[in-house]
Amino acid sequence: MTLHLDKVGVVHANGRRALAGIDLVVAAGERVALIGPSGAGKTTLLRVAAASLRPTEGHANVLDADPWTLGAGALKALRARVGFVHQAPPIPPRQRVVTAVLAGRLGQWGLGRALRSWVAPADAAGARDALARVGLAERLFERCDQLSGGQLQRVAVARTLYQAPRLLLADEPVSALDATTADAVLRELVAYSESAGATFVASLHAVDLALRWFPRIAGVRDGVVMFDLPAAQVTPERLAALYAGEVAAERERPVQSLPHVTLPLGST
Amino acid sequence: MSAVAAVRPALRDPAAARRLGWAITALVLLWPLGRLADFHPATLLAPSNLQVLGTFLAGYLPPSMAPDFLRELATATLTTLAIATAGIALAFVIAVPLAIAATRSLSVAAIGPADGRWRGRLLRQAVRTVTVLLRSVPEIVWALLFVRASGLGPAAGVLALAITYGGMLAKVYSEILESADVRPARALLQAGSGRLAALCFGLLPLAADELVSYTVYRWECAVRAAVVMGFVGAGGLGQLMDQAIKGFVPAEASSISLVFFALVLLADAISLVLRKVLA
Repeated sequence: MTLHLDKVGVVHANGRRALAGIDLVVAAGERVALIGPSGAGKTTLLRVAAASLRPTEGHANVLDADPWTLGAGALKALRARVGFVHQAPPIPPRQRVVTAVLAGRLGQWGLGRALRSWVAPADAAGARDALARVGLAERLFERCDQLSGGQLQRVAVARTLYQAPRLLLADEPVSALDATTADAVLRELVAYSESAGATFVASLHAVDLALRWFPRIAGVRDGVVMFDLPAAQVTPERLAALYAGEVAAERERPVQSLPHVTLPLGST
Repeated sequence: MSAVAAVRPALRDPAAARRLGWAITALVLLWPLGRLADFHPATLLAPSNLQVLGTFLAGYLPPSMAPDFLRELATATLTTLAIATAGIALAFVIAVPLAIAATRSLSVAAIGPADGRWRGRLLRQAVRTVTVLLRSVPEIVWALLFVRASGLGPAAGVLALAITYGGMLAKVYSEILESADVRPARALLQAGSGRLAALCFGLLPLAADELVSYTVYRWECAVRAAVVMGFVGAGGLGQLMDQAIKGFVPAEASSISLVFFALVLLADAISLVLRKVLA
């Protein structure tokens, strides 16, 4: 079991409730997409799964450990095995691409190796291989501020691939990318999770991408899981209920321009 | 057309009255402060005072170019530069660990474990107090103290600078680091990276140019402070200036002033080059 959330609830410091009674069990190697309207609690759920937010209620088990009973060193080691693709790439603009990618393994490297790599890239070949998967191998030694926003997000994906995590989490990883690139980046993340046997949980705005790449879909709304089903059983009625009141155009926009998409929505 | 003209808003700036009000308030508040500080600009312009000032300034020209004096000036310049540079280097060594400890963006406790949070807060508060203590006493006071303790000479100046400037650098370094975007460093901490690695890979790339230009500016200030400490016996340009003024040799004082100017120019150029390299 990679991820086991047991009646998890989160109330933020300002008193706002983000999650309530979340029960979610994800087996090793499984792929789950979280969908739902914005503000539903998807990001908070992912942060709990990443062991970077302590739930105020219930228990979170990450990679067979309860992060909040671990000592500082063990928690650090656990976090090094969890990869997180953020919605906005958290990469300093004046950093070189190679350095940004290599930073993915800082959790696994000792301080000595980290500092040596800060001066001169410790594993340029590894960084290049990770970049090749997102189609940016030739930008290895360029500075990140010379890349477009979409390219920078792909560098962030390459960093997470280089980290080689056991649990791969992604918070709207492709919302800033055009439809074709979004599809290609998801394909790479899925390929990594399949080849490494890593669990992959991602929140996605584009329902079509979720249905295409993830066998299991969890619909989240108002901090609770409304449904948790195989992709084939996610009916248009369920989606309509999940997104009731949300502007439909917003979640369908990234897929509209994809020419070869077949929507499995009507098939069940 | 006339309809358009009719709705065209008046050009009078609605903010003008308020701005004028603030300007007048500032003047009204500043005036009594000037009186309190015995600041009477008119006396500067009184004919008799102007004449005294004129003769005094005339003595400054031309600056002294006597070979013996220039040799002495060169040695004194080197001494002052050495005091300032050694002082800043020591201050840097004191400041870096303090700044890192005081920077909230590098707090691992901010992303849990939550029970480590009060410990981090306590440590940061303690470090802030230390930096305040370090910089609360002016370097000239430390210099007087050290001259008493270790005798006349540059060593007293170096120690004095190290203490006061160590506190200043630590405070401003941690403020610069905290004003940078915290997300890159926090993302690294979230992926299991240590604090120092997160600093190098997440924070420094964002803050390097600010940190460098502030350090060079502080070096420039240290050069001026080293001059002042020369007056109390720390050697260098200050001591030379002291002799020139007390011995009524304005031409030499004038040459020394030119060196001051050149040193600030130098610091400015260094800062400019470094910023360009790091941009």
